Amino acid sequence: MDLLAALQSSFGELITAGTAAFVLCAIGLAIHFGFTGLLNFGQAAFAAVGAYGYAIASLDWQAPLVIAVLFGLFCAVVFAVLLGIPTLRLRADYLAIVTIAAAQVVKFVATSSAITYPDGTVITGGAEGLSEFGGTFYSLNPIPAGDYRIFGNSLTQDQIWVDIVGWVLVVICALFTYFLTRSPWGRALKGIREDEDAVRSLGKNVYVYKMQALILGGCMAALGGMVFVMNSQTVQPTVWGTNFTFTIWTVLLLGGATTVLGPIVGGIVFFALFAFIQKVLEGMVALHWLGTLSIPQVGQIRLILVGLALMLLVIFRPQGLFGNKKETLFNG
Amino acid sequence: MANEIAKGPAAPGVAKVDPILVASGVRREFGGLVAVDVEHLEIPRGKITALIGPNGAGKTTLFNLLTGFDKPNSGTWTFQGRELAGVPAYKVARIGMVRTFQLTKALSLLTVLDNMRLGAKNQPGERLLNALLRPVWRKREAEITEAALELLKRFKLDAKVDDFAASLSGGQRKLLEMARALMSKPVLVMLDEPMAGVNPALTQSLLEHIKELKNDGTTVLFVEHDMHMVRHISDWVVVMAEGRIVAEGPPNEVMKNPAVIDAYLGAHHDSDLGADKISKEGN
Repeated sequence: MDLLAALQSSFGELITAGTAAFVLCAIGLAIHFGFTGLLNFGQAAFAAVGAYGYAIASLDWQAPLVIAVLFGLFCAVVFAVLLGIPTLRLRADYLAIVTIAAAQVVKFVATSSAITYPDGTVITGGAEGLSEFGGTFYSLNPIPAGDYRIFGNSLTQDQIWVDIVGWVLVVICALFTYFLTRSPWGRALKGIREDEDAVRSLGKNVYVYKMQALILGGCMAALGGMVFVMNSQTVQPTVWGTNFTFTIWTVLLLGGATTVLGPIVGGIVFFALFAFIQKVLEGMVALHWLGTLSIPQVGQIRLILVGLALMLLVIFRPQGLFGNKKETLFNG
Repeated sequence: MANEIAKGPAAPGVAKVDPILVASGVRREFGGLVAVDVEHLEIPRGKITALIGPNGAGKTTLFNLLTGFDKPNSGTWTFQGRELAGVPAYKVARIGMVRTFQLTKALSLLTVLDNMRLGAKNQPGERLLNALLRPVWRKREAEITEAALELLKRFKLDAKVDDFAASLSGGQRKLLEMARALMSKPVLVMLDEPMAGVNPALTQSLLEHIKELKNDGTTVLFVEHDMHMVRHISDWVVVMAEGRIVAEGPPNEVMKNPAVIDAYLGAHHDSDLGADKISKEGN
């Protein structure tokens, strides 16, 4: 078994923009769930809406980078408001139900070929999705062309560029969230998480706070979605399923839902371990240690392990790696 | 006493000399059950008014209605002359009518100090757009913190400042909730069973706090079952039973009122239900 290859593969996951994308979504979810107590099970939809908004603006209108990014964020804001208006006045469980459903709706709308321009081209690209929208982004790449090798991982200048931008965005969003949650505004959010009627009785407009939190966390997921598709260079509807959402949840809970550092470390640990376990399992298959299991089958075992890890986390370490246990009790 | 507070002889719905809260025709039905049906009620300004009545009389429901936490089927009410029907709960609190809850709502996973700070008004940093601009809210935050520490000292919670509210005892949470409600310097405080679950030693200090509130010019309206407390600190007592107001008056008079005794003990409390009678029927 090649442990070095497994470590190299983990390191690749550690620096990739794909991990940064999930971390961005998880920071957004920390604002929703960790700080405000909003049970959002449709974070993938926020990412999808942001990614599609960006891609459509870049491809169809040849919008400059900044405009395309702002349009992606705008789409996420609209989506948050649409979700929030009917549900935020109700109990937390309703938001959970509606976000699950809305995420499916977004996915199916993106897959369908019903929404077209007058000339018949499908706006979202249908099941095939959209690609080649990264021109304006990569044209800004200051890194000289070449093939770079970093600890056994071979990277092009474009990959390095998207990795850097992804992680810089993570740092910006994390700092932003850190200072917000330590402000009086953040205090009101935490109060709402504990008991929104109490906060209402103190003269705070709870509905507005919850809407602001939903929008803010949604925008971070939209940025995550943009980084994600910039990394893979395609937007495909199948990506934004419940898997995507629950990966974000795992990352968040692993690191600690009520911390800012939690989602970052959670994301790094999760994806590095994920890659490491894959390599180790592949190595074990090659050595015939796992009976008749084949390499594609061990991929599924990996997912079972993720589910198991998520359960064990919530039961035995609800505060995650970093959280304050007292501040993260699932049953109040 | 009745003459100081009420305009006429003590009776349900009597007009007050200086009412702060006036409710008329407030009715709330849950399915077929009429939980609250208050024809007229006036709460005197600057006094301590007790709202008493047996379980299920509709006291808490009336609280919820008046503070915007529930919507009545019909009715109007004004606070300092301002129409309040249909005004959302947070706005009711902002105009100076702050309540506490029967089941204490301490914000468990916030520190005691943060609980208190959240009660304060006019913190510009509570707006999202100001949240990152620390200089905008730092000064107000210092004022709030100072006021919070002072109140906590008065309520003997100053040793718990940095603890999570979850670590407080039931009685201490009651105190915290009351202190938190006072952070906004309300005109009218509505306390829903402030004594429930508080040990006798603390009860005495709570009573003192409520009296102090009155001395500071705050109007107090509280729901309570403890007759001792009602008799000692209230200036006026309103009795509810089955959703209606059945009696009003100064505490000593109200306690003697047959309607009140009926409401609490049942109309047949003095007729003989003796063991003999029951055992005879059993035979």
